[in-house]
Amino acid sequence: MNDDRNTIWSLVEKHHQRLLTEWLACQQRDLRLPDSDRKADTAGLARRFLEEFRRGTASAQFDDIQAAEWQPMRELLEDLSRDRALQGFSPNETAVFVFSLKEPLFALLRREFGADADRLASETWIASRLIDELGLYTMECFAKTREEVINRQQQELLELSTPVVTLWDGILALPLIGTLDSERTQIVMESLLQRIVTSGAEIAIIDITGVPTVDTLVAQHLIKTISAARLMGADCILSGIRPQIAQTIVHLGLELNVVSKATMADALALALRRTGKVITERKQPANPEA
Amino acid sequence: MGDIPILKIGDCLLVSIQVDMHDRLALALQDDLTERIVADHARGVMIDISALEIVDSFIGRMLNNIAAMSRVLDAITVVVGMRPAVAITLVELGLSLTGVRTALNVDKGLALIRRAIDSPERDDADRYG
Repeated sequence: MNDDRNTIWSLVEKHHQRLLTEWLACQQRDLRLPDSDRKADTAGLARRFLEEFRRGTASAQFDDIQAAEWQPMRELLEDLSRDRALQGFSPNETAVFVFSLKEPLFALLRREFGADADRLASETWIASRLIDELGLYTMECFAKTREEVINRQQQELLELSTPVVTLWDGILALPLIGTLDSERTQIVMESLLQRIVTSGAEIAIIDITGVPTVDTLVAQHLIKTISAARLMGADCILSGIRPQIAQTIVHLGLELNVVSKATMADALALALRRTGKVITERKQPANPEA
Repeated sequence: MGDIPILKIGDCLLVSIQVDMHDRLALALQDDLTERIVADHARGVMIDISALEIVDSFIGRMLNNIAAMSRVLDAITVVVGMRPAVAITLVELGLSLTGVRTALNVDKGLALIRRAIDSPERDDADRYG
């Protein structure tokens, strides 16, 4: 029985080199790998894959690739799909790598059992299911890696989009871009308060030019940020309110309880006035040497 | 358990809260502080809470009360030294201490009181205008 079930293993063992050559040819044809670097890479991977495939099938464990015998194979596939996801391969390219093994393997089976239709069908079925499982596992890892990449980018975006800028000694600006949800508000608040502590700023200008809409929730978040800054001894000025947003704020009956200015320039002028500074035009014509 | 010390700086009083507050201590502080404001003719009161890692609604209410009492006695109350984490917690609790002025540290608190004493009307108008 064991010998019977292990046909695939003995075939792979016997025709190892031929299988590899045919498989690589299939991949080359299906994927049209452009440069020799990738070709060599794929050939190396294919050799390792076939090695693990042989070792895995030796156990005659065809139904469950989660079994311990397939552990090295799973690790190989995880590495492979992670690398490919990070290098920007398409899902198709990644899947073809595994699924293209079917063609040479089935050809091999046909050559061996061409006369025995029953045997051929059953062996083909076993091999097909096994490769399907391996392929699906690869895709699962591939998708998982892509999700990780997306999550990381989201996190980076979150950090990138909430800078605190020092406009002047004692004046901070917080240009908000994008929709304010509670998670972002938390980060905005923390970075603003931290900067207030380190810089000792007394005025913070919150600019909402880049906030597409202001609804009650966004307003709530703004109020929270303003209140927290006030508790740290910094007054806030709201700037960059577009005409539509001014209308929305009134229609919704929102009370922001904060000095607001239409533009950042107006807000900066007010902030400078409060800190006792003035901007004036130079009376003398500019000195070319100065 | 001793009382909370009240220090005099010019015509300001400085209260540094460094222990856990409870009812009796809060009442004692309010007693002491109001008496000292009258006795020293203080114009400003600074409450330093930089040592507090947790500020709950009880302390929030106490700060509001002290500010209201000082206002009646014509002294300005400034809460100084609040930590960022405390500020966020208070805001999340819905306690934004609207009746109290705030400053980052004692230095800035003193400057704020000085400014407010020198020109009370202008300061308010500038703040909200």
